[in-house]
Amino acid sequence: MLDAEEVRTFVQGTVHFFETATGHPATVGSPYLCIDKAAVVQDYAGVIGISGNREGKVYFTAPRGMLSVMLMCMNETDTGEQNVRDLVGEVANTISGNARRDFGRNFVISTPTICDKANAATAAATTGRSFVIPINWRSYAANVVVCLQ
Amino acid sequence: MMIVDDSNVMRRRIERSQQNDRLEVVGTAVNGLDAVTKFKQLMPDVMTLDLTMPEMDGIECVEHVIKIKPDVLILVVSALADKATTVEAIEKGANGFLCKPFTDDQLNEALAELIGE
Repeated sequence: MLDAEEVRTFVQGTVHFFETATGHPATVGSPYLCIDKAAVVQDYAGVIGISGNREGKVYFTAPRGMLSVMLMCMNETDTGEQNVRDLVGEVANTISGNARRDFGRNFVISTPTICDKANAATAAATTGRSFVIPINWRSYAANVVVCLQ
Repeated sequence: MMIVDDSNVMRRRIERSQQNDRLEVVGTAVNGLDAVTKFKQLMPDVMTLDLTMPEMDGIECVEHVIKIKPDVLILVVSALADKATTVEAIEKGANGFLCKPFTDDQLNEALAELIGE
């Protein structure tokens, strides 16, 4: 179970990602608890499995339009399906990897699994308590979901 | 220069953003295993290297390419932000570490420092 300080790690990591990678800051809403259900799934989700000193998953889920605009802000001209899927995984990977600054090297992260709307609910399903971190970026809304034992 | 990252977006970002006149991208690879295979053919002087990749991770890749070409300059570009990982990469033979996410300026500064400018 995460404590408030640990949730803050992911909030700060998310804010840092958007500001640095896209040049446009994101605002983060109040994290909330979601118990024993697939918390939130939008068009795509990049899911990172966590093992080592913690068990669980971290995922970033966003609408396709947001991912396309993020690519454009990164000066990427190809906003096709492959790059949209790639980006949602890279965001999840970066936020999870940055969390090792606080969690240490035994916070082991997997390579991302990418889900779309057809299978996202199953792949991103969590057991136990998840923290949902709402993100507003430009006109879009996305979420980082953290479920750690 | 060779770019190694399992993310196509990241490979293209690094290729597009690097502006050093002394560097030219000669190849890219999608994981450590692919990198070692291509490294033997291309023998680049400089490599940017992700750490978390399928098939073979970046730390193992460093060990392989250092044996092939001991003077290769390796910039690890990774989201893994803990100090222990940075130290391990440097101890294995990497020459620099750039944490994701990064700006274009940060990438170019890291590459310039890597090649001694």
